[in-house]
Amino acid sequence: MQRFRLHQGGLIDRSRPVHFTFDGRSYEGYTGDTLASALLANGVHMIARSFKYHRPRGILGAGSEDPAGLVQVGANANETDPNMRATEVEIFDGLETFSQNCWPSLSFDIGAVNDLVWRWLPAGFYYKTFMGPPANWMFFEPLIRRAAGLGKAPEGKDPDRYESQNRHCDVLVAGGGPSGLMAALTAARSGARVILSEETPLLGGRLNALDPSETSINGKTPREWVAACEAELAKLPNVTVLTRTCAFGYYADNFVALAQIEQDHLAPAARDAARPRQRLWRIRAKEVVLATGATERPLVFHGNDRPGIMLASAAETYLHRYGVKAGNRAVVFTNNNGAWGSAFALAKAGVQIVAIVDARPAPEEALMRQAASLGIPVHPHATIVDTRGQFRVKTAVVRRLDGHRGVSGEATVINCDLIAVSGGWSPNAALFSQSRGKLRFDAGLPGFRPGPSWQAERSAGAANGAMKLADCLAEGAAAGADAATKSGFAGTNPAAYTLQQPDAPSYNGIATWQLPSGRSASSTRAFVDLQNDVQAKDLKLAVQEGYASVEHAKRYTTTGMGTDQGKTVGINAFGILADELGKSMQEVGVTTYRQPFKPITFGALAGQHGGALYAPRRTTPMHDWHESHGAVFEPVGEWLRAQVYTRPGETFASALQREARTARTSVGVLDASTLGKIDIRGKDAREFLNRVYSNAWLKLAPGRCRYGLMLKEDGMVFDDGVTACLAEDHFHMTTTTGGAARVLNWLEEYLQTEWTDLEVYLTSVTEQWAVAAIGGPKAAEVVAAVADKFNPNPGNFPFMSFREATAGGIPARIFRISFTGELSYEINVPASYGLALWERVMAAGDKYKITAYGTEAMHLLRAEKGFIIVGQDTDGTVAPDDLRMPGMAKTSADFIGRRSLTRADTVRKDRKQLVGLLTEDPSVVLMEGAHIIATAVEPVERPAPALGHVTSSYKSPNLNRSIALALVKGGGELIGKTVYVSRKGADPIHATVVETDFMKQVGSHS
Amino acid sequence: MLLITCPHCGTRDQSEFTYGGEAHISRPANSETMTDAQWAEFVFMRNNPKGVWAERWMHASGCRKWFNAVRDTSTDRFLAVYKIGEPRPNVTAAGLATPSGEPVIGSGNDAAKVMR
Repeated sequence: MQRFRLHQGGLIDRSRPVHFTFDGRSYEGYTGDTLASALLANGVHMIARSFKYHRPRGILGAGSEDPAGLVQVGANANETDPNMRATEVEIFDGLETFSQNCWPSLSFDIGAVNDLVWRWLPAGFYYKTFMGPPANWMFFEPLIRRAAGLGKAPEGKDPDRYESQNRHCDVLVAGGGPSGLMAALTAARSGARVILSEETPLLGGRLNALDPSETSINGKTPREWVAACEAELAKLPNVTVLTRTCAFGYYADNFVALAQIEQDHLAPAARDAARPRQRLWRIRAKEVVLATGATERPLVFHGNDRPGIMLASAAETYLHRYGVKAGNRAVVFTNNNGAWGSAFALAKAGVQIVAIVDARPAPEEALMRQAASLGIPVHPHATIVDTRGQFRVKTAVVRRLDGHRGVSGEATVINCDLIAVSGGWSPNAALFSQSRGKLRFDAGLPGFRPGPSWQAERSAGAANGAMKLADCLAEGAAAGADAATKSGFAGTNPAAYTLQQPDAPSYNGIATWQLPSGRSASSTRAFVDLQNDVQAKDLKLAVQEGYASVEHAKRYTTTGMGTDQGKTVGINAFGILADELGKSMQEVGVTTYRQPFKPITFGALAGQHGGALYAPRRTTPMHDWHESHGAVFEPVGEWLRAQVYTRPGETFASALQREARTARTSVGVLDASTLGKIDIRGKDAREFLNRVYSNAWLKLAPGRCRYGLMLKEDGMVFDDGVTACLAEDHFHMTTTTGGAARVLNWLEEYLQTEWTDLEVYLTSVTEQWAVAAIGGPKAAEVVAAVADKFNPNPGNFPFMSFREATAGGIPARIFRISFTGELSYEINVPASYGLALWERVMAAGDKYKITAYGTEAMHLLRAEKGFIIVGQDTDGTVAPDDLRMPGMAKTSADFIGRRSLTRADTVRKDRKQLVGLLTEDPSVVLMEGAHIIATAVEPVERPAPALGHVTSSYKSPNLNRSIALALVKGGGELIGKTVYVSRKGADPIHATVVETDFMKQVGSHS
Repeated sequence: MLLITCPHCGTRDQSEFTYGGEAHISRPANSETMTDAQWAEFVFMRNNPKGVWAERWMHASGCRKWFNAVRDTSTDRFLAVYKIGEPRPNVTAAGLATPSGEPVIGSGNDAAKVMR
């Protein structure tokens, strides 16, 4: 039973009733209803509680401007959406919605106790209360967060799909009301590529809220005209019309982001799993038309926040768009002519208008006569000073204004169930402002409207301050023509139209930012921000306490900082501040409009980039083998590398110990394909290497390899790797896996910007080569079997050399280099042969019980030998000498970072240096990152002075004890001494400082 | 997201480029004779003006060439792009100066949000 539904009218489909629930109770509405219109049709006004005082909140608006009618949509924990505006949620069969921020129920809410103590919860409550000891904050903050809150965030994985799409166009039109439609039609007819975005499900904007019997465009009713426009646009191949699509962000160079609802409004059974739930459009437009309309402002009076108090234009929208009466007995309260039209429209539909209260001293005669003819009592130069009604407004108390910011005369008490308010209209200039255009105060509106443009855009219609339909149509057509012309479609003329409309009085509003109540200022509860419970007196308090800038007053009071972005708040707040500060509106200005215009889901912003598509993943040619052999993968840079290979019955830890032991006692093989590889050619290649590596390179002979350190100009280690000389003018450089792109960019930068005289060519060949690193006592036997007619024995093939060979006919480059200290070979083959090589190695190694080992064992093995990993044992503050690696800084020639090595700071004796640590108890494995201190007991001083920290730490199967690498202040001088490693909840661990090569000093690996 | 014109490829989206800081700083050839302070000036110190300056960009997802640009940092507007090795063009920012030295529109200056 939809008690407040009119028998006819509205753009809903009465043949398709819809059943939904709110707080568990079932209601009926029609297809085409929003949750708000359907609840109003059922006589439900109170739907929420406010953020701070838990005051009852109803429906103020009819679209995205609504501040406080927020609900939770959906019952599934992983799909539920909090803080949805009831005015935007489209209903479907089975929709479940809930009130939020109340407990145990909407009508009996414990949190409403906040409202009884409101005098003690003033503006800046947080700041004032928590200036004290931090412990207070820790205690109160969770309690307050629980009491003052909004909806519940969904939990778990989001089951829905999202997409994003990039698009270029000539003309983007934001807003599908009368101005936007005219702009889009005009531009589309010129042949320009046009995108028209409309936030709501229907094109037409304010036209949908007009009495269809009174207005005609091109001889059609407004709705017929909109349908004709829509049909024409749909036929044009150069036009994309996006409804349920909000242009929410205007960025640099006409980059505009749109959020489109694709399926939220459909019943679950009607949703297409192949399509996304929402879509993000990233539009680069040559020209933009902003036809974003205007928002009606509420009036700020004592008791203005009860359910049943609604914007006059919203009441009219519910009437004409949804066929719903927002009440039976209405008071209309206004400061402009516009709401008189709303009053007459409501009266015509059968709503009893029990009073028109107008704050202006002398409303126009024509309006007074029309009101008299309809029997509507008028209270000119008057204000509502109070309202009553716990969950819905029941009475309004009216008094005359005295013309001096006060009230006079007798109070008139009027019974009503609806107060339709209008404080004038504010152009929606958020996108314009985001585009860096400057606003201009127009005293005639009064309000802020767009000033000069900064980007290639223009505002049209109500967004530009034009409040008459005729002006909106004309401005829209002109803007469309201008945009099309400037985007390359010269000579585009504005589309023609004819408009028939009753003579509407001009809008003629005055500025009334706040209305007197006859009470003291401190006991007047006139709300400016209905979501965040900011009252006029809070803004006044902020001014008294010295917040003179709108930006500061906004933050101090949280005005307009709710999820509604203060769409109905702004100018009233600025006006109150201007009054208090005794400044003009221009001087006070506005707060900054920021993206997004309204809340956007994280899903839409993330688009496809979730789960496996979160980031690009690179895999080696041997990936499938790893996968089928129990590999646990870890991301390294963009690569997926095998971390360890678990065999049946093994844990991660036991597999790691087996791999590391086998690699030293028999033979192991590592997939090293991910190492960065750069092919370097040119007659100056050798000179170039000598400049980018800190050690000497001029004498490296063809066939030989060398380990090199790369520094930045600040002298700190940047990357390392082995580079082989293939020929006099040809080198093969390797870098760390994660540093490959960084190093290539770095080398390119120097070649292009500093050493333009050098003839050197760099090519990334990381993915051209697959690499198997074979190491261990049996490595030579395996390599001899893998390679064709190749003698890998150390006598024939010395350490740090390189040969071309074949392996089962596969062309190969074999390097004798080692990252473990064992006899090792790295066999490089063209990537497409990677798996064949790998399988050949595994077959050849079978009789030696060869093990594939992952990155974890590789880290462990190199730590046993004291080899560094750049980025783990170094952190951008470590110079070559800090690594205590001799011979890494040549004196014969300049190189990148050389001069920094003699800076006073780089030669300090107490710099942190890399050393080894052996714990007193060999079974204790230190925690990586743990702080090293100088005393056996934790010092009382906080923070405790640290000598350095542990960079790498492992349980070594080959040394049968724990080992660690650490950066320690003056570490080289501390060899043999004891240091202490801090830990939580227990005494520091004793450890001896040693050289980094554990294999050499702990020795005897079995 | 800015549009940036690569002098080799044309106008592309900012996501194709990487930024390289202040332009026209040459690596000293005589670093051995420089004091710590002089060397630190080259390694660490850069200008950070509000207004027009020259900076380096690299078209990373395109031709991978470095180039220079003159940009007004208060409005993010590019005034010129030119190849490495070419002299800095003599261009100045358009727009009226405010007391803070910023253009009236286009800048992020909150004090100039409203036309006066």
